[in-house]
Amino acid sequence: MKQHIGIVSVGVLLLAGLVAPLATGAGTPGFYTEVLLGGLMAGVLYSLVALGIVLIFKASGVFNFAQGAMVLFAALSVARMAEAMPLWAAALLGMGIMVLVAIVIERLVLRPLVNQDGVVLLMATLGVSYFMDGFGQTVWGSDIYSIELGIAKEPVMILEGVFQGGILINKDDVAAALVAALLVALLALFFQKTSTGRALRAVADDHQAAQSIGIPLNRIWVIVWSVAGVVALVAGMVWGAKLGVQFSISQVALKALPVVILGGFTSVPGAIIGGLIIGVGEKMAEVFLAPVLVKTFDLAGGGIENWFAYVLALLFLLVRPQGLFGEKLIDRV
Amino acid sequence: MFYRENGQYKTTYGADQQMLPILQDRIFMAVLLLFAFIGVPLLASDYLLLSILVPFLILALAATGLNLLVGYCGQISVGHAAFMAVGAYSAYNIVLRVPQLNFLVVLVLAGLIAAAVGMLFGIPSLRIKGLYLAVATLAAQFFMDWTFARVKWFTNYASSGSVSTATIDLFGWRVDTPARKYLFLLAVVTVFTLMAKNLVRGHLGRAWMAMRDMDVAAEVIGIRPVYAKLTAFAVSSFYVGVAGALWGFVHLGSWEPLAFDINLSFTLLFMIIIGGMGSILGSFFGALFIVALPILLNQVPAMLGLPLATATKSHLEVMIFGSLIIFFLIAEPNGLARLWAIGKEKLRLWPFPH
Repeated sequence: MKQHIGIVSVGVLLLAGLVAPLATGAGTPGFYTEVLLGGLMAGVLYSLVALGIVLIFKASGVFNFAQGAMVLFAALSVARMAEAMPLWAAALLGMGIMVLVAIVIERLVLRPLVNQDGVVLLMATLGVSYFMDGFGQTVWGSDIYSIELGIAKEPVMILEGVFQGGILINKDDVAAALVAALLVALLALFFQKTSTGRALRAVADDHQAAQSIGIPLNRIWVIVWSVAGVVALVAGMVWGAKLGVQFSISQVALKALPVVILGGFTSVPGAIIGGLIIGVGEKMAEVFLAPVLVKTFDLAGGGIENWFAYVLALLFLLVRPQGLFGEKLIDRV
Repeated sequence: MFYRENGQYKTTYGADQQMLPILQDRIFMAVLLLFAFIGVPLLASDYLLLSILVPFLILALAATGLNLLVGYCGQISVGHAAFMAVGAYSAYNIVLRVPQLNFLVVLVLAGLIAAAVGMLFGIPSLRIKGLYLAVATLAAQFFMDWTFARVKWFTNYASSGSVSTATIDLFGWRVDTPARKYLFLLAVVTVFTLMAKNLVRGHLGRAWMAMRDMDVAAEVIGIRPVYAKLTAFAVSSFYVGVAGALWGFVHLGSWEPLAFDINLSFTLLFMIIIGGMGSILGSFFGALFIVALPILLNQVPAMLGLPLATATKSHLEVMIFGSLIIFFLIAEPNGLARLWAIGKEKLRLWPFPH
């Protein structure tokens, strides 16, 4: 029981933070639910980015810092190509591009660096991320582009009977959540039911054992980076449709790092739930906690959502370094 | 032919342990320092001093600080610009509130405050490493960014959030002209580099390196991990804090919180990867490279008659950084410093390589 004290206390704290605004009457229940939903929607986007990171980490032990850059690159490609062709064609072509990217990364970056320290690989993917940011913007341009998914953006009022004034939600947010759910279901099927998926899981468990029974590591890496690339494409399209395709996508994707810390580096459900926790936590903190902080300490404004996720992850690291669903593999010093 | 140690006998322990054991190296260093202190201020243009040498010296100091942590102790940090910010804002506030203090004292105090903050964010390194530590340092980065942007006290309630500094006055010697700025920085950086060089040769540096190479083995031979890691964080943040204060006071003059954002952290990391991890000299190479590359990119296409748009140039720069990082990690993980060492080794045998 003793080792659970830390995690339980963090859980209690999180729950308390979730309930506090309601209990103190900082917002009406309707407004509260709106904030909650907004947080969940942002969380879906974080989850999508984190998903790609987890896939790659599971299969190759590489923490892919470049996932954000891949999201940006994919979104830019689709957005610019969609100007000349229908969206579905652009998306398909974008998938092809992401597979190509995966092949190039495997050849030029991963293969020469095989068996290197995790930190070296992390820095290599940092290099990849810089390169892709620059390359994408050189090729596709660096303005703000839009992706039209063909879903109306106007908010709809729901549950008017339950809460006073109802709740406003956006249709495209709902679509994004559905897409994310679909993607996770597809990935789960792919991992559980196909022979490639089984090979991927084998590689994730043990590189050497997988190799010794004849699984080609290099091809598996290409596949897993391609899958991550496609996930990035989906994330980029959803994100781009919501906020426009622009450079900041690549930066916001840094938030996926605390998400995977929270959920565990090797857990797909962890990425999803971690993303949702971070999304909700930071929205709640911004809406309900920030005004209190501003008032108490006389700050020049809120904006605590910039660091909230990281500090939350940091606290989490201290009590449960392997994350919510991760394997307990961390080596202590 | 000229560069070999034949005939240089070491008859005392002191001679055996000196920093530059070969006479030619000592002569080279002396000439280099002499040239840097006397020749450069006389010969260099203001442009060269202000836009290349001043940032180069400060970034080299910061990179040295980061190198102590990442290169020598093996703890990754992607948030070191935060500690630069701590140094810069501490110095600003000390000067503001205690104006009679000498700037050198301010510099040391700013470094000490940065060291304290660095140790605070280094505490997680006692339990975690690698990626996990990267998150802890990212937390430092974003939290400090926010603190300096939002807590009005730090910026002295400036409405725009930006702060500006007065000219540094050292015992009546005002650091205002480009040449004086350069000289002041050169002196500070020389002292700090000498300190760093000696630190990594001493017991502390060896403890860090043992920690980096294999933490369990280091603990077995009696190195306390808590002590080794926290001192690495403290010393590293001290250096970076001093560099931050200099960056703010000497290079920028006035700055906004965004001056110390995450991109600067990444740039520092790139410097030590390209220059050479675990090498003081490498920090200097890396800093020079990072400062010079944008200027080269500015000049070379124009000379070739290919004017590039500003946006393209900045994207090209980012691309080149990215590919160079990958290239160096694959081809020469020890960076430019290793190439330098290879060159020296070749020179020793030249012209009879057998």
